[in-house]
This record gives sequence, C-alpha cells and structure tokens, in this order.
Amino acid sequence: MSEADDRAHTLRLELVDEPGELLRALSPIADNGGNLLSIFHERGSLTPRGHIPVEVDLECSPERFEHIVDALRDAGVTIIQADSERYGEALSVLLVGDLVDTDLSDTLAELEGCGSATVADFSLTTEKGTEGVSSARVRLAIEAGSTERALEQVRDVAAQKDLSVVEPLVGEL
Amino acid sequence: MKLAVMGAGDVGRAVVDLADEYGHTVSAFADSTSAVVDPDGIDVDAALKHKDSVGRVGEGDPADALGAEYDALVEATPTTLGDAHPGFEHVRAALETDRHVVLANKGPVAERYDDLRALEADSAGSIRFEATVAGAIPALSTIDGIGAERVTAARGVLNGTANFILTRMATDGLDYEHVLAEAQDLGVAEADPTFDVEGTDAALKCAILANVIHGGGYSLADVDVEGITDVPPSALELAAEDGRTVRLIGEVTEDGARVGPRLVPENHTLAVSGTMNIVQLETEHAGRLNLSGRGAGGPETATAVLGDVNRLE
Ligand SMILES: NC(=O)c1ccc[n+]([C@@H]2O[C@H](COP(=O)([O-])OP(=O)(O)OC[C@H]3O[C@@H](n4cnc5c(N)ncnc54)[C@H](OP(=O)(O)O)[C@@H]3O)[C@@H](O)[C@H]2O)c1
Repeated sequence: MSEADDRAHTLRLELVDEPGELLRALSPIADNGGNLLSIFHERGSLTPRGHIPVEVDLECSPERFEHIVDALRDAGVTIIQADSERYGEALSVLLVGDLVDTDLSDTLAELEGCGSATVADFSLTTEKGTEGVSSARVRLAIEAGSTERALEQVRDVAAQKDLSVVEPLVGEL
Repeated sequence: MKLAVMGAGDVGRAVVDLADEYGHTVSAFADSTSAVVDPDGIDVDAALKHKDSVGRVGEGDPADALGAEYDALVEATPTTLGDAHPGFEHVRAALETDRHVVLANKGPVAERYDDLRALEADSAGSIRFEATVAGAIPALSTIDGIGAERVTAARGVLNGTANFILTRMATDGLDYEHVLAEAQDLGVAEADPTFDVEGTDAALKCAILANVIHGGGYSLADVDVEGITDVPPSALELAAEDGRTVRLIGEVTEDGARVGPRLVPENHTLAVSGTMNIVQLETEHAGRLNLSGRGAGGPETATAVLGDVNRLE
C-alpha cells in the first residue's frame, strides 16, 4: 500500500521500562497510517536518564509523519530524534561548574523544560584537582525553528545553577 | 604625506620605520615624555636609537608633536577605556586643525565613536582606523567595499592571545595557568593578560565593528562579554571527543554584539590556531567572506595604518 510520496522515516524514542509501553508507543504510528518497517528495541542499553531507547523505522508521507509525531507527543512518548526536518535540528553545548552538587538529573530534565528539546546525548568529566568543578557535553535534539528557544532555556538553567555555558555558534551547530 | 606619529611602542616604531617605503615623511614622533619634530622629516633611525638608549624619542615636549606641521596624525598610544584619554584628545587636536587621523588605538573608536564622527563632520580632515580591528586583516576596508548596510553580520576570532591559550590547552591538555605562563614567556601574552583573556580586547573590536556596521551607537558597555578563564581542560576534552573545539568568538549581528567562548567544529573556518585571527562577514548579496591572518604585531599593524594613510590621498 505504498503511495507515491511515501518515504522511509526513523524515529528514536525513549520508553519507560514498563509493560505495555511499547504498544503505547506503536499504536499512534499505526493509527495515523504509518507503515511499520522495523522496530529495534535495545533492552540492554539505557539512555542517560535510565530509559530504554527504541528505534522505529516506518514508511508514510511527510504529512502523515507530522501527525504521527504529534500523536506520539500527545500520548506522552519521548521522541529523542525524528528524521523529518521538523525535528532535524541538534545543538551541542558545554556546561561547566558544580554539576554534581547542583543535581545533574534535575539539570538534564530542566534543559528539556522548554518542551521543544530533548537530551539526546550526554557526557560528564570531572576536573582533576579542582574541587567541585566538572564539565558536561550535552547534545539536544530540537524541533526545527526552536533553537533560540532551546538556547534560552539552557542559559536560564545554567544561570539558576551558577554553571557556565559554552554555546555553539548558531547556524554552525 | 607628512605624518605625526603619537606613540613609540611596537606600532608607532614600525610605522615610522616603514613610512618612507610607503612614500611618506615623519615630521613628528612622540612618546609619553618626549617628542622629535622636523618639518622636513625627522631622522627616524636616530629617534629609534635614542628611544632604545635613553627611553625617549627626542628632547622636545610631547605637545610639540601636536603643534608640528603634518597632514595626518597616527594615533598609536595605549588603548584606554571610558574617555579614551589621551588618544581622543590627540584626535580632537588634529581634526580641529583640519588634519586627517589614522588610529591604531581602539579606545576612541570603540568608546567614543559618535563623538569622533561629530568632530570629523566639522573638520576638513577625516578618520580611518583599519588597524584597530584584527591588525593586518583588512576587515574594515572590506566592509567599506561591500557597503556597511549590506553586511548583515560579522564574527570572528579577534584576539590572538586568547586563541593561543585555547589552542594550546586543547592540543596538549594543559590547564589555563600553565599555558598562560608559557604565553607570557613567549611574549604572546602581556604581564597583565586581563584585557585579552577576559574578552575586553575582543569586545572593543566588536564595538568598533558594530559601530561601522550599524552606523554608531556602540561602546564597550553595549557588548555582552565573557572571557576564557572559566574554560577548564576537561571541557576542551569533551569538545574534542565530539570533533569540536572552543574558540573565543566575537559576534556582531542585528541583535547586537557579544564575545564569549563558543563551541565550533574542529575543522570549522573560524577554528584558527595559535595567534591567528579571522573575520567572517555575512553579506546580503555575496554570501560569506572569510579573512584570516595576523591580528597583531608591529609591522603587521603598521601595514594596516599605512594602508589607511594611502587611502586618505
Ligand atoms: N601591538 C599590536 O599588535 C596592536 C595591534 C592593533 C592595535 N594596537 C593598538 O595600537 C596602540 C599602540 O600599541 P603598541 O603595542 O605600540 O602599544 P605600547 O607598546 O604600549 O606603546 C604605547 C606608546 O604610546 C606612548 N604614549 C603613552 N602616552 C602618550 C602620550 N600622552 N603622548 C604620546 N605618546 C604616549 C608610550 O610612551 P612610552 O614609550 O614613553 O611609554 C608608548 O611609546 C594601542 O592602542 C594598541 O591597542 C596594537
């Protein structure tokens, strides 16, 4: 039932390890006319926040894909990355400061607070010999057109927690 | 042209040294305590020797230089903030007597741009200041050629000292203090590196770029400034793992001017190494232009100064 404007799409989702979660994530896809090609359920590995990454390949028109993404978000499913242009933006920042004592997992959750960004990747290093100072590299997946909003959020969170931010050059992410 | 050169540091010395090659005569030359004046041209070698041996260029009073016969004043005294003293007064004296001014000194152009332009409007003389932004790189004449109104943004690495420190920290995993000490030994950083590492010098250049692109209204206080002293080696390591690095970038856009450490891909055009500088211009009809080269040094800066002198003719 392939149609002329059907294209392959990849969705990277983040699921909580509970029964029924996978089904909950897949039904909005089928309900909105997405043709499931494959599901890669990485049970062994966990995302930085202790969730399970799932990669879904599907086929549908770009328009349907938008509906699917909306429906997934409405259903409360976390989308780490979607290949359509709408989610195609990513942004890396460095955070420097007392990341551990200022509640790292809260910081990561706050970074997603603007609603248009998700933490796609995260690395932390502690500075040798400098008490309390550590550095983190955070990669955010962002809805197209929301980069400035996501950056504002990063600045706000950093200011609250007295962290310094090394921002990317926008347009050069 | 007859030049009155104010300042006998790296820049002033190189200007008097190269003036003859560019077809100009130095009729006055001053440092903070003395001056040498001769309407037919001073003996440059003698003045430089005198400076080396007794610390003064001559036996006259520095004020004599301003009263001398000259066509263009070269302002190469120290960059100061706020009222931009004494550079601003030197510029005023020249313009009020209808002479031209070429500045290497960033202070008056960054801090009192509108005052400068007002003095220029009432004078038969004009001002040029290519040397104030990124030394030898012809950033301002390129903007002039494109037309400032057609330049939508400018960004770049505008301070060689900060860039040297970041480059060394990233390539060798050394900490800030260590690299700073090394830079001081090499003469790349001043004994007091504050201006360079806290971003002030780059911010002055951004204020100048913003004044040129937006037609005035900017001073240091209008630039959002952050330096590199808070960037630890661990942050550079994390950046490198991801194929990126950190550079102190100055940026002027329609939203204003800012200086701060920024994450850029390692092979990015703006990720120049060592003491190199680069200026990238975003233009309305011609896309991006990148100009890189030496942002400081006596002969480098004098090249920009003397180029300006030639454009006055
Ligand atoms: N060096 C560079 O690569 C570079 C690049 C671009 C722009 N600039 C700018 O160019 C200017 C000169 O730089 P520089 O490296 O040559 O500086 P510098 O080595 O500090 O020399 C400054 C000179 O100005 C003299 N001076 C101070 N007050 C004076 C006064 N009231 N009247 C006459 N002379 C006075 C000093 O006299 P004494 O010798 O008696 O102390 C000294 O000779 C600065 O504003 C700097 O920011 C420099």
